[in-house]
Amino acid sequence: MAFVDYYKILGLEKNATEEDVKKAYRKLARKYHPDLNPHDKNANKTFQQINEANEVLSDPEKRKKYDQYGENWKHGDEYEKARQAQEQAYSGRHGGRTHTGEAFSEGDFSDFFQSMFGGAQGTGRGRTSAYRGEDYNAELHLNLTDAYTTHQQVITVNDKKIRITIAAGVEDGQTIRLKGHGGAGVNNGPNGDLYITFKINNNTSFNRVGNDLYATVPVDLYTAVLGGDITIDTLSGKIKLKVKHETQNGTKIRLKGKGFPVYKSEGHFGDLYITYNVKIPTNLTSRQKELFTELSKM
Amino acid sequence: MEIDQYIPADEFCINCNVEHSFVMSLHHSGLIEITTVEQKSFIRIDQLRDVEKFARLHYELDINLEGIEAIHHLLKKMKAIQEEVALLRSRLYIYESNMDSME
Repeated sequence: MAFVDYYKILGLEKNATEEDVKKAYRKLARKYHPDLNPHDKNANKTFQQINEANEVLSDPEKRKKYDQYGENWKHGDEYEKARQAQEQAYSGRHGGRTHTGEAFSEGDFSDFFQSMFGGAQGTGRGRTSAYRGEDYNAELHLNLTDAYTTHQQVITVNDKKIRITIAAGVEDGQTIRLKGHGGAGVNNGPNGDLYITFKINNNTSFNRVGNDLYATVPVDLYTAVLGGDITIDTLSGKIKLKVKHETQNGTKIRLKGKGFPVYKSEGHFGDLYITYNVKIPTNLTSRQKELFTELSKM
Repeated sequence: MEIDQYIPADEFCINCNVEHSFVMSLHHSGLIEITTVEQKSFIRIDQLRDVEKFARLHYELDINLEGIEAIHHLLKKMKAIQEEVALLRSRLYIYESNMDSME
C-alpha cells in the first residue's frame, strides 16, 4: 500500500487554502470527469484519484489527520490510540472523545484512503457521485442462414469475451441490450449496458420480409402445362412440390410455416411464397417445332 | 401519453436535488424535451440519463448551459467517430485475416 500524495495529485502546495483546493479540484475534474471522457479508463482512474484527494483536502478534519501523519500514515492509528489513551487518563469525568464515524463516501478509493480514513459511508461534505458506466454499442454481422437458427456466439468487446445466445428470427438492424456489459461504473455506480445491433447479410436466394420468405422458382413449360412434381430449396432443406396442370407464368403459391422463424416464439414460422417462372424451351428440334405448330392449329 | 414512460419533472428534481428551473432551462435550450399535461411537466424516461449527466456537469463542474450544449454536441460527435473507428477496425481485422489466409 503506497502513500498517496493528495497535494501532488491536485497540484497544490501544503499551504493551499480551501479555495485553492476547490479551484484545483474543479479544474482537474473538468478535464477528467467521466461524463466528459466516456470509454477512457485512464481518465476515470485519474478522476477517482482527484476525487479522493478532494475528499481529504476539502474536509478540514481529514486534512488535519492527513497532514499530521503524512507519510507515517501506517503508524497513524497507533499514535492515535496512544494519544487517546493518554487523554482518557487525564480527562477525568469528561471521558474520551467520541468518534461518530467519518462522514465520507467510500467509492473506489485507494487502499491508502481506506486504511487512513476507513471505509465508512456517510453523507460526505462534497458531492461524490456514483456514475453509471458508459453504454457500449457494437455491430454483429450474421448471415441470413445463421439468423435462421438459435445459436451461440462469442464476441469480444473491449478485450472482454462475451458469450451470447442469438435467438432464431433476429432481424436486420435489430438491437439487443446486454445489461451490465458496458463500461465499468465509477464510485460503485452500476456498469453500463452493451447494445448489439445485428447486421444481416442475405446469403440466400430468398427475399425476407418480416418472417416471410419470397422466392422465384423456374418451372419448365411441360410441367407447367401438364402438371408434375418439382423439388425446391427452403431454408430447412429440400421439399417436393406438386405443380398443377395449366399453371400460368407468375403464379404465386404460399407454403405455410416454411418461412423464417418468429423471433423468440419457438415453433412459429412465417410463410414461404413461391412465384413460378415458366421457362419457354429454346433450341427446339424441327420435330418439336412441328408438334407445336400442330398444337397451335388444334 | 403512456404514463410509465414519463416521470414527473418535480419528482425527478426532488430525488436528484436539482432545481426545477435548471430542468426547464435544459428544455428551453432544446437539450431535452418536456411534455406538459394538465399543467404538470414530465420528462421522458429515456432522457433521464442525459438529464442526470447535465446536472452533474452543471452542479459538480460549474458548467453553464451554453457549455453543456457545446459539450453535449461534441460528445455526440466523439461517440459517432468512436463507433466509426470501431467499425473500420473490425473491417480491417476481417480484411487482414482474409489476406493472411490467402498467403
